[in-house]
Amino acid sequence: MARTRAKPATARAPAPPYVPLRGHPLNEEEFRGQVGSTTWVPRLEYAWDAGVAISRFLDGLREGKIYGVRCRRCGRTVTPPRAFCELDFKPMDEWIELRDTGTINTFSICYVTWDMKPLRVPQIPAVIEIDGTSPRVGFLHLVGGVRGRTVTEIRRQVRVGLPVRAVWKPPAKREGAITDILHFEPVRKRANR
Amino acid sequence: MTRKSITNVSQARVWRGTMPVQYLYTAGVAGERFFQTLRRKGVFAVTTCAECQVTYLPPRLYCERCFADLSGAWAEVAPSGRVHTYTVVHEDQDGRPLDPPQVVAFVRIDGTSGGLIGRLLHLRPQDVQVEMPVDAVLAPPRRRRGGMDDITGFAPRRVLPRRRTP
Amino acid sequence: MSLIKRKPQRRVAVIGAGLSLFMRRALDTGKELAYYAASQALQTAGIRLKDIQAVVMATAPDAFDGVHMKGEWLLDGAGGVGKPYLRAYVGGGSGVFSIISGWMMVASGLFDLVLVVAEEKMSSCQPHPQGAFLTIFDHTIERPLGPNLLWIFSLEQQRYMAAYGIRNEDIALVSVKNKHNALAHPAAQVAAHLTVKDILDSDVVAWPVHRLMVSPISDGAAAVVLASEQVARRLSDRPIWIQGVGWCLDTSYWGNRDLAYPRYVEKAAWMAYEMAGVTEPRKQIHVAEPYDPFAYKELHHLEGLQLADRGQAPEDLARGRFDRTGELPSCPSGGLMGVGNPIAAAGLMKICELFWQLRREAGARQVPGNPERGVAQAWGDLMQIGTVAVLGVR
Repeated sequence: MARTRAKPATARAPAPPYVPLRGHPLNEEEFRGQVGSTTWVPRLEYAWDAGVAISRFLDGLREGKIYGVRCRRCGRTVTPPRAFCELDFKPMDEWIELRDTGTINTFSICYVTWDMKPLRVPQIPAVIEIDGTSPRVGFLHLVGGVRGRTVTEIRRQVRVGLPVRAVWKPPAKREGAITDILHFEPVRKRANR
Repeated sequence: MTRKSITNVSQARVWRGTMPVQYLYTAGVAGERFFQTLRRKGVFAVTTCAECQVTYLPPRLYCERCFADLSGAWAEVAPSGRVHTYTVVHEDQDGRPLDPPQVVAFVRIDGTSGGLIGRLLHLRPQDVQVEMPVDAVLAPPRRRRGGMDDITGFAPRRVLPRRRTP
Repeated sequence: MSLIKRKPQRRVAVIGAGLSLFMRRALDTGKELAYYAASQALQTAGIRLKDIQAVVMATAPDAFDGVHMKGEWLLDGAGGVGKPYLRAYVGGGSGVFSIISGWMMVASGLFDLVLVVAEEKMSSCQPHPQGAFLTIFDHTIERPLGPNLLWIFSLEQQRYMAAYGIRNEDIALVSVKNKHNALAHPAAQVAAHLTVKDILDSDVVAWPVHRLMVSPISDGAAAVVLASEQVARRLSDRPIWIQGVGWCLDTSYWGNRDLAYPRYVEKAAWMAYEMAGVTEPRKQIHVAEPYDPFAYKELHHLEGLQLADRGQAPEDLARGRFDRTGELPSCPSGGLMGVGNPIAAAGLMKICELFWQLRREAGARQVPGNPERGVAQAWGDLMQIGTVAVLGVR
């Protein structure tokens, strides 16, 4: 059992505040070995309602379709759909089937998990703007179908403004989930479709 | 995150997920001293604000009333007190019956303005009385780890011989 | 159209400031940290707790400290026992929002002396505070993709770089500047003398973000004392006035925003500038403390605060404009990148810095000349809020 070794630290530099600052920094070992420390492992489980608009969006994904909604007031077309336009406070109930192609608004190449464990094969999150939606209406998804693991290799194939197309799960495996789209992959020419 | 497959389209969609967190709480500067003292000496460390005439148990580094710094105002008191209030618990956290029921009390510690929650040991629920004197039952010194578990509970003073005050 | 209906009647001043150390892991509880900062703020204001009429506590999600309703839990450390007490909370923007909340209490005439405290103890959250952060992503359409909090920052930085042709070297310079500035800050957790090469040689966590372009996990607290004009003049010979406040939230659909430019920060800034009578921010603001949890954010925010042209902040930085001795010193404290990032406390630390800078008490950190007006800004929630305060010597 570690003893309380932490000594109060004081100001290092002749700068204000002129009264010494208080606090007892611990290193990792001391932190885990403190006599009075307690742990708690809560079980925080939730069941979140998907809601009206997203439920219908998910049904569409299972059929291999990307649905959007349009605001009758401002004319904005957005996906994922929402029940009301947050700018006009009007119902967004005009449903539109969109294409499954779009453009990369921005992307990243992520080499760590949320708890900062290294990832050998990076994830490529991106904001995708689906064709047919209003300008600057994007949503989060992943980019795939890209060779290589390094920043240089990936940046050679992925860039802001790149046209992409959804890669779907086989119909039998779809669940009505955002992951029914496996990822978006670069397309050479939009005219191909 | 786990997912629930939707089998019926008309069914309300529910997504299941967790918040993957755990916590490691330090006891703090005052708390650390409290637990060290409990583990080594079997007594309670307290802090006193002379101006406000408050003795904090659990101890605090500062007086919450006047903000005086109490980091140099430590004392120790015997782990005994009086039942301030109590409840008889018949079910555990998950609603399962407890047999026999547990008596949980808030015990005001003598010589302090505070107290602790603990189980009342060695007595039947019908024999508990508010203001009855109790002593803390501590884990044997070698088994103490410096946590609230070092206090097994509180027992009536008439059943156990009174603890010697340090 | 004016952003404010009418100027508030009562003026409000900061008359004292305090901090705890900022640390990766503190033995001290959140209450104890809050006490260190709050008692120091009272001490420098020359008043006692009994003089305080109301208390504002700012602290970010409960899930960091692992204490539900932690505003209430922190009450005694913040000096709030037996007083009107308010928890101000807008995520990362909370630190500056705390002083806005306190300002409202005094400007409205409700109170003359208000203590404002901010605390965060993130070390409690295991294995990483991101476990709690993850729930800011939409549970149905984002979390199944396995997101990581770094994603949204790296996505925003990349859009910013792509929109204006900015290089990562230009952004790494923020880390260099702030970690260096923090060498003179007594609370600093991650002060260092580094080069752009050191920053870019650190691991890529989520390209374009490298490890040394991210602020640390921190425990710490900050506090200030606010007073009405009459009381401030009686208690202090150098009160620092809150000349304007502003805040604004953009849509929660973060993918629907222009990620290259924080227009919500611009709106918040103009609200504060209008109240402060600032029409030409670049001439009338002499020192800035924009929010810098990630290196690029300082540049993003300088632009939102109208202190640099869109996409030009990196160039201004490279030619030394934002150095401590530059034309417009930015983050002379060392910011979150250098001093540390106990979320709400980091925002209030920026207000403390303006207080010391404008009183010309900042010692080794003092910006040259006679700074008469400064701006502090914080940012947060789902990357959607700007909280802004303009402080000045008169």
